[in-house]
Amino acid sequence: MGLFSRRKTVFVDADILVIGGGFGGCGATYESRYWGRDKKVVVVEKANIERSGAVAQGLYAINCYMGMQWDENQPEDHVRYARNDLMGLVREDLAYDIARHVDSTVHKFEEWGLPIMKDPETGRYLREGKWQIMIHGESYKPIVAEAARKAATKVYNRIMVTHLLMDKTKPNRVAGAVGFNVRSGDFYVFRAKAVIVAAGGASHIFKPHSVGEGMGRTWYAPWSSASAYALPIQVGAKMTQMENRIVLTRFKDGYGPVGAYFLHLKTTTENAYGENYEPTWYDSIKEMVGDYVDHQPVPTCLRNHAFLQEIKAGRGPIRMVTKEAFKDPHKEQVGWENFLGMTISQAVVWASQNIDPKETNPELVMSEPYVMGSHATCSGAWASGPEDYAPDEYQWGYNRMMTVEGLFGAGDTIGGTAHKFSSGSFTEGRIAGKAAVRYVNDLGNDQPQVDETEYENLKTMVYQPMETYQVGRNEIVAGTVSPSYLLPIHGLQRLEKIMDEYVGGTSTNYLTNEPMLTRGLELLTMLKEDLDHLGAEDLHQLMRAWELQHRVLTAECVTQHTMFRTETRWPGYYYRADHPKLDDTDWHCFTLSRYDGQSGKWELEKAPVYHIID
Amino acid sequence: MPTFVYMTSCDGCGHCVDICPSDIMHIDTTYRRAYNIEPNMCWECYACVKACPQNAIDIRGYADFAPLGHSVRVLREEEKGTVSWKIKFRDGREKNFVSPIRTTPWGSIKSPSDYQAPSPDAINGQELAHEPEALHIDKLPALTPDRLKQGLV
Repeated sequence: MGLFSRRKTVFVDADILVIGGGFGGCGATYESRYWGRDKKVVVVEKANIERSGAVAQGLYAINCYMGMQWDENQPEDHVRYARNDLMGLVREDLAYDIARHVDSTVHKFEEWGLPIMKDPETGRYLREGKWQIMIHGESYKPIVAEAARKAATKVYNRIMVTHLLMDKTKPNRVAGAVGFNVRSGDFYVFRAKAVIVAAGGASHIFKPHSVGEGMGRTWYAPWSSASAYALPIQVGAKMTQMENRIVLTRFKDGYGPVGAYFLHLKTTTENAYGENYEPTWYDSIKEMVGDYVDHQPVPTCLRNHAFLQEIKAGRGPIRMVTKEAFKDPHKEQVGWENFLGMTISQAVVWASQNIDPKETNPELVMSEPYVMGSHATCSGAWASGPEDYAPDEYQWGYNRMMTVEGLFGAGDTIGGTAHKFSSGSFTEGRIAGKAAVRYVNDLGNDQPQVDETEYENLKTMVYQPMETYQVGRNEIVAGTVSPSYLLPIHGLQRLEKIMDEYVGGTSTNYLTNEPMLTRGLELLTMLKEDLDHLGAEDLHQLMRAWELQHRVLTAECVTQHTMFRTETRWPGYYYRADHPKLDDTDWHCFTLSRYDGQSGKWELEKAPVYHIID
Repeated sequence: MPTFVYMTSCDGCGHCVDICPSDIMHIDTTYRRAYNIEPNMCWECYACVKACPQNAIDIRGYADFAPLGHSVRVLREEEKGTVSWKIKFRDGREKNFVSPIRTTPWGSIKSPSDYQAPSPDAINGQELAHEPEALHIDKLPALTPDRLKQGLV
């Protein structure tokens, strides 16, 4: 046993353990309590649930609301929208399930105190677009966190979960999780009957545009460190659509959102010479993807593609035409408050560069890729569908249970369900929470047992970077360069460079091919080996070390999936240059992977897509 | 950019340390005041700025792309239920905005266990808590299994 693994071990017993206190986790906690009045519902969060997860900063819109009470949309409509945007491939059973419940979630948010804007004429929620409603969401997260705190037996803040624990009595069944407190350094063993992974997706897998002080200004939060994927991958849960990374068109440098500008302010984009460039690329896109280009609205990735082609043709920068709209004081106010409510940095950038959109049409940029499951993309775990209508291939247990027994997921964790956003992630948490209560009820006396050897081995492993640093630090005079260890930032920057250069990052214009992916995997394998030599100076760096471990395993999964799918399904997100066209004959399917932690090998397979056919 | 802390205003209370989603606001052991230990992992989310009782924390835009001379200040008042912003451009222009943050008293949300317990067999159905009432429609929509088929659409 090493010096630092002599730390105290704290045991926590739970019926339901919720990992991650963002929107998915808060929804899971609320619903678990509603259905499981006598259950011990424990939330474990890396930061503080008051301001954690993707919505920590606030939001200015709820992007998933049907409005069934006014017959604005029906769940089927949302499924068709998400399917269309993702070029035909979403889990329509799961997407429908979220859409049919999401309105009740939003109505509760309003009852709890979230200010939702109203249309003064109709009294209905003010629509930003067909699916979006506008909110004053500075306190969106604190409000939702309050509901979760009321519901939870206990919330453990500032604990980074590093691994799940498996049952010693039954293979392929979850029994809990381990992690460490980033303040006290105590080791935590959570023994749970059911586990709901509601952790965050992944920023900082690919090299961001800004690599200096501004590297933290990624589109998705820097604290979204891929735990949503690494935790299930480590224990052999099947993953789906991990190649489906997302690239965002955003205002330059601050990554301020464009949705309200397009949908509510009715602004458009133009190239540097004032031309509408999208029609220029219609024929060439049609050549690549066929009829998908004629779908309305035009899929997000295809609009990205036109943007990228225009830049490559030398007619950048692309700008948002704001000058007209901003003459209207209401629109000007919406334009600014939109940033202050969710991406304050964009206001900082514009103030610093004297950009007033009333006088200047601001520049747009295409971001680096991100891996997540709740926006216009759907990477994540392969989950069982709703009992009342999901096809047999999509049902093997409880709703939102992964291919590991007792392991549930919500939000970024669950794959195949694009466009859930904040309200849909909370809703998916609710679905998972109810299912987990039923699972725990059904367990009876057949309860999972943690294995002492397993968690003791993990304890040694978790603190190893601190020991490695302590020993290696004495070899050198000072500074950050050591022959014996890598600091977490070193490993992170190597990961970002590999993914950027070989797996379709910005420096290759999002392009990759089989030889590049093969080389990328070789370099990732060496990086994984080097992670055994991570050094952590303190508990904060230890957290960074484990965030990096989660990111690297996720990145390997992304690369494997990208290799497997030999077509270009989403031009504008990434390109397989050796298979430059969309191929519905061979690839109108989901990709599934399973990682074997013992051998380090990946198995990939295809799974069928079921559509709502009218 | 990242956050920074004014030496003369900070009293080392640790509210920022407690709230930071990125765990980068720490107390300096010499000065007993807070500072940003890892500016390149700061999202400029303003959680610490809003939480600081001394208004001791501010933002200086990321050095990579934000010229100096700007400021975006915030005042979040829970009792009043508002958040107020003052944006100052490099060239001195100013813009001010005020938005509501909550329509109900803080702490007023009911625990789900304060609602009547659902009937025992409801756990096997598809309705979630407060449904169908909270949907504001009569019945939870559902698909029939024959609506989902393989093929192209």
